[in-house]
Amino acid sequence: MSTKDNWKIWEVFIRSRNGLSHKHVGSLHAPDAEMAIKNARDVYTRRSEGISIWVIPSDAVTASSPDESEPLFTPADDKVYRHPTFYEIPDEIGHM
Amino acid sequence: MTKEMNLEDRFQNYVDGENKVEPKDWMPEKYRKTLIRQISQHAHSEVVGMLPEANWITRAPSLRRKIALLAKVQDEAGHGLYLYSAAETLGADRQDLVADLLSGKAKYSSIFNYPTPTWADMGAIGWLVDGAAIANQVMLCRTSYGPYARAMVRICKEESFHQRQGYEITMTLAKGTPAQKKLAQDALNRWWWPSIMMFGPSDDNSPNSAQSMQWKIKRKSNDELRQEFIDKTVPQAEYLGLTIPDPDLKWNEETGHYNYGEIDWEEFYNVIKGNGKCNKQRLEARNKAHDEGAWVREAANAYAEKQAARKKNETHAA
Repeated sequence: MSTKDNWKIWEVFIRSRNGLSHKHVGSLHAPDAEMAIKNARDVYTRRSEGISIWVIPSDAVTASSPDESEPLFTPADDKVYRHPTFYEIPDEIGHM
Repeated sequence: MTKEMNLEDRFQNYVDGENKVEPKDWMPEKYRKTLIRQISQHAHSEVVGMLPEANWITRAPSLRRKIALLAKVQDEAGHGLYLYSAAETLGADRQDLVADLLSGKAKYSSIFNYPTPTWADMGAIGWLVDGAAIANQVMLCRTSYGPYARAMVRICKEESFHQRQGYEITMTLAKGTPAQKKLAQDALNRWWWPSIMMFGPSDDNSPNSAQSMQWKIKRKSNDELRQEFIDKTVPQAEYLGLTIPDPDLKWNEETGHYNYGEIDWEEFYNVIKGNGKCNKQRLEARNKAHDEGAWVREAANAYAEKQAARKKNETHAA
């Protein structure tokens, strides 16, 4: 190999059907966005897995830190009153 | 030191609780290294695994067989890419991994160092080699490292067609003319032992297994997986009227498993060391493909640079 190439890593998101959101499926290498879409089509949609592809440079993703997951996410755990089943509605009322 | 110990204990507890480890989580350095080695070897195996079958694409006996074989080989390229990506989440560099394969420094599954002289080998590879790979990969769907487990789920979904097309090829030959049946039997004779060696050394000779089991990278031992594969495959051979080349193969009423004969580990280590029939040929083919693809990579780079420059100019102008 003559030179180290500068292919970036891209995160790939696929919309499987109309009306569903794009879902992360994996990553790949490509020199630019256009090639990333072409590669994603070959690597991630060989069996009609999707009707739309998004690619995003991996270094553009900012992630929450795993160390912070407790302060970030546990406060929601004891807030059962945010769920409909917390409230008692008589059967006679039917579905609400 | 104690803090480090604590981290390792916490990690073990986390894994023991059947939690998945994700790229940014803390992990012992040896866990990371073991996974990079295992995942990249797995990726290399997919890539080199294309070669024995590529040998028959242009000579497939019908269009149906040809499109199936093409699709299978294309899947293997895809599987290699999923796996390289999984290795990269651990901080490995794709180009370093590929360079290690091309220089011969990195290992790949020894099974691909065996030749494919007849069409029946396409049947035997799909049926036996992919069958053995599936046994291993189904287990790895539950491996403790998240990106590896997810790649395995995807691969297993795609892989089951590989084994079925191989069995179909073998079945067609086994039910064909005596000459065709002989081809199928001959392929089984040549692929059986290498296939059951794919699971690696027996448990008492596999020093790294214990740690991998403890970290739940591996969920079953080499011998367990081998036994599982043999138990599944023997009835499949019987159905075809083919004979597995092991005179010691016998159903054991007591254990509920097949007993099997002594594996020739000398052959196994000899092929790993590079003395298999095709080791040299496989590496040459990979290097040739890589070198001949250099212009494609360079062109893609040049195009990307040109597009980026053009975009920059446009934003300047506007």
